[in-house]
Amino acid sequence: MRAWHFSETAYPYLPPADSYLSIRVSLPNKLYDPAKGAALYDRYIDEWLIAEEEGVEIMLNEHHQTATCVDPAAPLMLAALARLSKKARLLILGNPVANRRQPVRVAEEMAMIDVLSHGRLEAGFVRGVPYEILPANSNPVRMNERHWEALDLIVKCWTHHDGPFSHEGRFFHHRAINIWPRPIQQPHPPVWVSTTSTGGAAQVGAHGYVQATFLTGFDTTKRIFDAYRKGWRDAGRGQDVPIDRLAYAALIYVGDSEARARAGAEKLLWYVQANKVPPHFANPPGYVPVAMNVQLARGAHNVVSAFGTKQATVDGALEAGTMFAGTPDQVLSQIRKHSDHVGGYGQLLIMGQAGFLEHDDTVHSIRMFAREVYPKLKELYPDTMISGFEHAKAAAAAG
Amino acid sequence: MNTTIMKIAGIDLEVLDSGNENAAKSKPLLFLHSGMGNDPWQSFAGELAKQRRVIAPSHPGFGQSSLPEWLDCVDDIAYLHLELLDRLGVEQVDMVACSIGGWIGAEMASKAPQRFRRVVLIGPVGVKLGSADKLDIPDIFAMPQTDADKLIYKDPEKLLPDFSKLSEAELATIFRARETLALLVWEPWMHNTKLKHRLHRVIAPAMFVRGGSDGLVSANYLEGYAKLLPNARTTTISGAGHLPHLEQPQALTSAINEFLEK
Repeated sequence: MRAWHFSETAYPYLPPADSYLSIRVSLPNKLYDPAKGAALYDRYIDEWLIAEEEGVEIMLNEHHQTATCVDPAAPLMLAALARLSKKARLLILGNPVANRRQPVRVAEEMAMIDVLSHGRLEAGFVRGVPYEILPANSNPVRMNERHWEALDLIVKCWTHHDGPFSHEGRFFHHRAINIWPRPIQQPHPPVWVSTTSTGGAAQVGAHGYVQATFLTGFDTTKRIFDAYRKGWRDAGRGQDVPIDRLAYAALIYVGDSEARARAGAEKLLWYVQANKVPPHFANPPGYVPVAMNVQLARGAHNVVSAFGTKQATVDGALEAGTMFAGTPDQVLSQIRKHSDHVGGYGQLLIMGQAGFLEHDDTVHSIRMFAREVYPKLKELYPDTMISGFEHAKAAAAAG
Repeated sequence: MNTTIMKIAGIDLEVLDSGNENAAKSKPLLFLHSGMGNDPWQSFAGELAKQRRVIAPSHPGFGQSSLPEWLDCVDDIAYLHLELLDRLGVEQVDMVACSIGGWIGAEMASKAPQRFRRVVLIGPVGVKLGSADKLDIPDIFAMPQTDADKLIYKDPEKLLPDFSKLSEAELATIFRARETLALLVWEPWMHNTKLKHRLHRVIAPAMFVRGGSDGLVSANYLEGYAKLLPNARTTTISGAGHLPHLEQPQALTSAINEFLEK
């Protein structure tokens, strides 16, 4: 099991939520004080480096036009971390390539960070949440197709070493691609993809990339991981899916007492509670398939905006499996229950800072996790483990 | 009226054709619908068909028409509908076209001016006239649906269907239309930067129509658009928003018939 400290570098100093329509896309940036923002960057970087000291890896992501994540150019932050950190793996999850006009530029950025960090890059790619559409002025229709063309092209950029090649695809066109530098890691840095759909997960599995999913709880995560394992097997990668191919992101707070853990968990909920986004930003036309929009119109739960609609209480989130919080023993048992339910994963993405969770409290949880929970997780879920093994065995036994 | 599926450029194109019954009276009329998936335009086309042959395709990605992977802009549809006229053996038509249909129609008339005798564009989009720092057409996808409805309809409550009573198939048609509309108009928003440099080619006398309460196509926009054609005039239908063929069908039909019969 590998664990990652993930911070969205949020800017929490906002007026009351009823004074604005949306925390994303349209929130005026006059509400952002750059001096406070600079102090926050310093602090969040310190927390990543403390995580590294404790043996936890580093993860970041990218969002645009939002106070929830003031990291609109994640490769820049990653470049800084590449120089400030020494040993941690550096996961960007990820590059929103369906919203970027030049996949070749993304390949260059990632290759450069891989070299700067002496081969510590883990390169993630995301389709991007729906509220990224408007900031990128990106067409919400056919995003998935753009995403995969871009990703395939980026991998080719990293692995082609004999001078210029051309790409005349459906969405992207280049006559002479020949990136400098090329990545250190061979044949290329590990690729991660996040998705919440079973179709997407099967595709990620077929490619053998690492599949990550965020706050999808028990049953949805199981469906996604099942689809990944099926995609992996159907593509002829063998029966055994290594556990390190699957990643789950949850809100996690570990305290030295139940009371302290509870207080930390309450503050982490800012992630969910603060995500005020109106429907026209949360579900632009074409972002989800027509059939899903029909279900939504009939009152179905919106998986896409689950981020904003999940139980916004600690007890609700714990029950849903979107949060693991408590003393070390409690958190360990919550993670085991969840991991075993979904067939096992080898990457735990810790959403360990949100809103008004102050520096000391953030660091307390990082340390408690790293010292009291992480060693046991590594024992329980060694990297050699096979995901879905129990599940496969049960299915075989049932004939 | 008969709806058939025609295979054109690999696309299954749904075409409503009222047939040749009234052919002797006047030119056939090509009706190009708006971007609304729940737009009951067929009844309006039926009104027009009382006087003449009406040919009304569903644009790709709307109604029963398929949407191929390669198709992603209004220009593609303009060529497709020109080929439809070829396939039907129709040399020259009158055109009535609404909203994004008006954009498609303007593209067609700029490409093949001789194919059109008279052109009526109702609340057409498709050109950029104003300054770079202000959208000519408000961004209906970046506002609450209730706000968009107020721009589209003079009286939303009267015209909007009860969505809870629609069948799944009807809902699917609406959402599919919305998705196709987004695909076509997203960037540049609601226009083709080239179109305004081509419209001088149009030969047909044109009438530009807007509902007096249209919140999407302003009076200034309509005037400016009409001036790009050599021979165009404008008229306003009061008591209607962006879709006067739904809110004031009789007044619009009279205006159209008067213009076409001249």
